[in-house]
Amino acid sequence: MISVAVKLSRGDFALDVAFEGGGGVTGLFGPSGCGKTTVIRLIAGLERPDAGRIALGERVLVDTAAGIRLAPHRRRIGLVFQDAQLFPHLDVATNLAYGRHFTPKALRRVERRAVIEVLGIGHLLTRRPGTLSGGEKQRVAIGRALLMSPDLLLMDEPLAALDDQRKLEILPFIERLRDEFAIPIVYVSHSVEEVARLASTVVRLDHGRVARIGTPAEVLAPTALVSTTGRFEAISVLTGRVGRLDHDYGVSIVEHPAGRIIVPGLLPTEGAEVRIAVKATEVTLSLGHGDRSSVRTALAGRVVRVDTDHGPFALVTLELAGGDRLHAYATRLAVDDLGLDAGDEVRALVKAVSIDERSVPGLRLVAE
Amino acid sequence: MAIALSLKVGSIATIAALPVAVAVAWVLARRDFWGKSLLDGLVHLPLVLPPVVTGYALLVLFGRRGVFGAFLADHLGIVFSFRWTGAALAAGVMGFPLMVRAIRLSIEAIDVRIEQAAATLGAPPIWVFATVTLPLALRGIAAGAVLAFAKALGEFGATITFVSNIPGQTQTIPAAIYTYTQTPGGEAGALKLSLVAAAIALGALIISEVSVRRARHGATA
Repeated sequence: MISVAVKLSRGDFALDVAFEGGGGVTGLFGPSGCGKTTVIRLIAGLERPDAGRIALGERVLVDTAAGIRLAPHRRRIGLVFQDAQLFPHLDVATNLAYGRHFTPKALRRVERRAVIEVLGIGHLLTRRPGTLSGGEKQRVAIGRALLMSPDLLLMDEPLAALDDQRKLEILPFIERLRDEFAIPIVYVSHSVEEVARLASTVVRLDHGRVARIGTPAEVLAPTALVSTTGRFEAISVLTGRVGRLDHDYGVSIVEHPAGRIIVPGLLPTEGAEVRIAVKATEVTLSLGHGDRSSVRTALAGRVVRVDTDHGPFALVTLELAGGDRLHAYATRLAVDDLGLDAGDEVRALVKAVSIDERSVPGLRLVAE
Repeated sequence: MAIALSLKVGSIATIAALPVAVAVAWVLARRDFWGKSLLDGLVHLPLVLPPVVTGYALLVLFGRRGVFGAFLADHLGIVFSFRWTGAALAAGVMGFPLMVRAIRLSIEAIDVRIEQAAATLGAPPIWVFATVTLPLALRGIAAGAVLAFAKALGEFGATITFVSNIPGQTQTIPAAIYTYTQTPGGEAGALKLSLVAAAIALGALIISEVSVRRARHGATA
């Protein structure tokens, strides 16, 4: 378990954060410039805090009050940079082996064969980094950090430099290493989809401070409707079970207490629990019944609150059958036209095509 | 005779200066400390001072009765004044700024985060330097060495001031050319040596240019 409580100021940027991360993935989330990368660098020891303490379980990495500061090479914390940073003069096999030399034999828990297999990099071992694609480089960088058997793995926007196709390719690898190597991960990202999919705890940073900590559903929900640019990244997380897979149409039906959710693509295991991230801007509220729209997902819910200000937007929060909260952005005009208010029973229409495959583990779009 | 001596002086000067230059270049490229610009200025001093002044400074410091010269002679038996070793010292000092410059640039061209990646993988600083920084800066180091070698071959002012112009002992190619030009009927010898000097300098420059170009190529690959 990583616990962080640090202060640092550099010019006009001030960082003052405190949080704890458990096993699994802790997502560090926030807009660029909010201090995510600085937090990662503080944990890795590449930056020194003005004051504070960072501990990994019983092991104190930094404690300014006690005058403790471990050098990066003594921390046993793996770091994956946004842009791989492989050693260009060494081939892939040597890159992978680099950290292993410095890991005491007793601590070498991670097996080379397993890493190469999980990351699918067996065919690259004799190549030089200069000849690899971006996705391949990033997989090698992840493997290199893993093979030192770190006590914690830091990933700083590992997918940001990749195109969408490569992102989808690497996300399952990150899930597998989270599940198979049982190494706690701190994952920095400004992508809601990635964080919703991977993280068990999300720390939301804003201007160098912790804005919220909690589950993805809690933290990634819309904060305030006035943040006009933030509305595109506000999501609700719905938990359902994989029902039928419709191979003809290439969609999966997810059973949710409030109704059936159509998800584009085929999910791996029927009956498994699945989390689906729904963008708050992609939810339409309907008061009537039997409408013939193209949206096939209609969830029954009750309005618990309507937030408005003098701007154009309204944020409607629903409680669905089963207890999940669903957020919907609408215009203030629409809310007033419909006379929406707390207590109203509504149907929430969710466009299946708006569900990002990056946010749902194992979702496979079938080509053709 | 002057050619062989020049090659010996140049090689020894380059080889002896190289480790120091690498260390100084690394410190200037990667460390921040009080007095850094002072060190930087000191390193570049031989480049901007009249060579005669540098030679005179060497005479004062490393001459038989100089501050360091006396100590080295008495305790280690190393004598610089009026020996080929002195010529090598002068050549090394004059080539040093060029060497540091080339090496520093090549170290600065390495992304710090590559070194940081090595550190997070558990490598102690010395190991990071040996396995990452040094190999990645290798071409810059080679370029710096060639440049310094060429400079050493051409060095005249500091050498003649510090160790004079003794045939077979301190008379390098430039000093020999100078002597020829001062001797009636020495034009042929001066011309011959000048051509040799030009050929060596050109060869060194070509090697330097090629290695720099390959270094740039390697950095972008």
